[in-house]
Amino acid sequence: MKYLGIKPQKARIGVFDFTGCEGCQLQLANKEGTLLDFLSLVEVVNFREVSSDKGQDYDVALIDGSITRQDEVERIQEIRARAKVLVAIGACACFGGVNQQKNRFALDDVVAEVYGDHAKDTLPVRAVGDVVKVDLAIPGCPVSKDEVERIVVNLVLGSKIVMPKYPVCVECKQRGNTCVVDLGQICLGSISRAGCGAPCPAAKVGCLGCRGPAEEANIDALKEALMERGHSESEILESLRFFGGFNGMVDQ
Amino acid sequence: MSNTTMKVDVHHLTRVEGHGNIRVTVEDGQLTEAEWAVVETPRFFEAILRGKPHHMAPTLTSRICGICSIGHTLASLRAVENAMDVQIPPAARTLRLLAKHGETLQSHALHVFFLAAPDLFGTTSVFPLIESHPEVVGIAARLKGLGNDLCDLVAGRTTHPVSLVVGGVSTIPSKRDLEAMKQSVQDRMEDMEAAVALFETLDLPDFVRETEFVSLKGDGSYPWIGGDLVSTDGVVKPEADYRAMTNEYVVDFSTSKHTKLSRESFAAGALARFNNNYAFLREEARATAAMFGLRPVNHNPFMNNIAQLVECEHAMLESIDMIDELLGAEDPDIRAEYEVKPGQGVGAVEVPRGILYHDYRIDADGLITKANCVIPTTQNNGNIHLDLPDLVKQSVSEGKTDQEITHLCEMLVRAYDPCISCSVH
Repeated sequence: MKYLGIKPQKARIGVFDFTGCEGCQLQLANKEGTLLDFLSLVEVVNFREVSSDKGQDYDVALIDGSITRQDEVERIQEIRARAKVLVAIGACACFGGVNQQKNRFALDDVVAEVYGDHAKDTLPVRAVGDVVKVDLAIPGCPVSKDEVERIVVNLVLGSKIVMPKYPVCVECKQRGNTCVVDLGQICLGSISRAGCGAPCPAAKVGCLGCRGPAEEANIDALKEALMERGHSESEILESLRFFGGFNGMVDQ
Repeated sequence: MSNTTMKVDVHHLTRVEGHGNIRVTVEDGQLTEAEWAVVETPRFFEAILRGKPHHMAPTLTSRICGICSIGHTLASLRAVENAMDVQIPPAARTLRLLAKHGETLQSHALHVFFLAAPDLFGTTSVFPLIESHPEVVGIAARLKGLGNDLCDLVAGRTTHPVSLVVGGVSTIPSKRDLEAMKQSVQDRMEDMEAAVALFETLDLPDFVRETEFVSLKGDGSYPWIGGDLVSTDGVVKPEADYRAMTNEYVVDFSTSKHTKLSRESFAAGALARFNNNYAFLREEARATAAMFGLRPVNHNPFMNNIAQLVECEHAMLESIDMIDELLGAEDPDIRAEYEVKPGQGVGAVEVPRGILYHDYRIDADGLITKANCVIPTTQNNGNIHLDLPDLVKQSVSEGKTDQEITHLCEMLVRAYDPCISCSVH
């Protein structure tokens, strides 16, 4: 892309993965339709999963995954020191994701269950923000590819970044779905942050809150309503604790 | 290699999913070290699954992998359904396989074009190809996009599917959407042909090390979900006997386990499926294989790239037929009712990188009490580890430079399309 015959300086981006499935960073490559436009605006200098370039001069660092071993603590601190802006992408980076379910068990118990006598190093699961300062968090499991692109473009252009504060219920109603709570399921759509487009309730599957709480989420009221419909407290807690976004707001 | 001294030391290999290191040392002509070490951080999914309601296991375990999350969901569902004797309706079976074909297509296209092809074009990533070979990037993006669209339509989402549930599927796409999808698949056959023509012009390394190949055993068709297990060394076992087929063990230098069967190591993946089930491939796909001189049993690991292309073509043709089958059904049953009961079940599914097993024990309340998952890359890690010394010895005797050998070692690991975080689930 050239303007007045001059090639503009692009924002330099690094994408880094920690403990997780790497699905969030892959969403960037999964936007085939707009990928080329996106790449005309930014320069990817470090993205191990798809490139052998290992540039260390990035402005924006996108972080995928949670922190679960000492070498990861040191690596995220180095990245923090280099990056002007550090963005946590996905539930694992933002609040531990499904990985944080490990913290319900004793560490030596989970290690023995998987590796027997051949112990491997591991730490309690932490969100990126529990280890270094995070400038911006984009939650989701996975993140919405449209949202990541939009936010990175806003960041690069210096535009205001707006994320929905309202719940998934709003987007679900806009799609005209039948309420899955009425279908007899547990759904956290009324207390979870929107922005995903409600793909789960649209497929008749209850929301598990992978984007964390919406503003002023009334968890107690939802729990009461679900229990009135015959769901047990332990089932509801299992949903609330699935991705870690409500940790600290519900009993552990 | 009489007095050669060289070192390969690749820390966090690029253009693969997850974190692994290659270390090779040759001193005075003697190979003293050749290691493929997986250093990925473990997540302990098997430990986390304990106490989980059975219907949440597929949702949880899909998060093992960001590329083959549909495959994990399907293996998990099959394990749960086998444990509780749940029979799913035929249309649900078709829809699940259609979603899996979408995943195979997007995953193979990602690997062949975005991860492996840059080596063949002499670039560090796909990004420089956007300017130098826009037509190649176009083919790659359209084929991968088709795979993603198919997953989105049938499974509700490509990464971490939503509509695949215990008993079947929760939704079925409208006939209008299915017709449009059929048209898209047909339109993309042209790109598939162009992809084949492109790879005919590219040279893959010539390297052979005889090994054993393990996959599902086809029964009338190319196998994807469930059935007997087979190896090119003549071993056949029922699905439930997967432990005897994998013999998983822990090694000190890697957070991924290793496996073996008749030899010190074996391979899983597209080439293993091809080698064991060639007869069940579509005629068009077999003709494509022939253009590359690919015939069973092929022992060149780099040919896994070509086997993936062949499978893309097969999956696209099979998808068209499956969409026709769904279009011919009037309001089919897609979800079976089931009773929660205790039991133990195994689900074996051919995911893009090879055969995947989930195994659960479920109690009378429907809670999981014990879980085991054996991942394709776990099965390939031992084979990669043992390929390395042979590849280095061959390359040294051919007089290749240290840099060339390092690059070849990297390409070898990439050829297996390892999904490292999967293997350290």
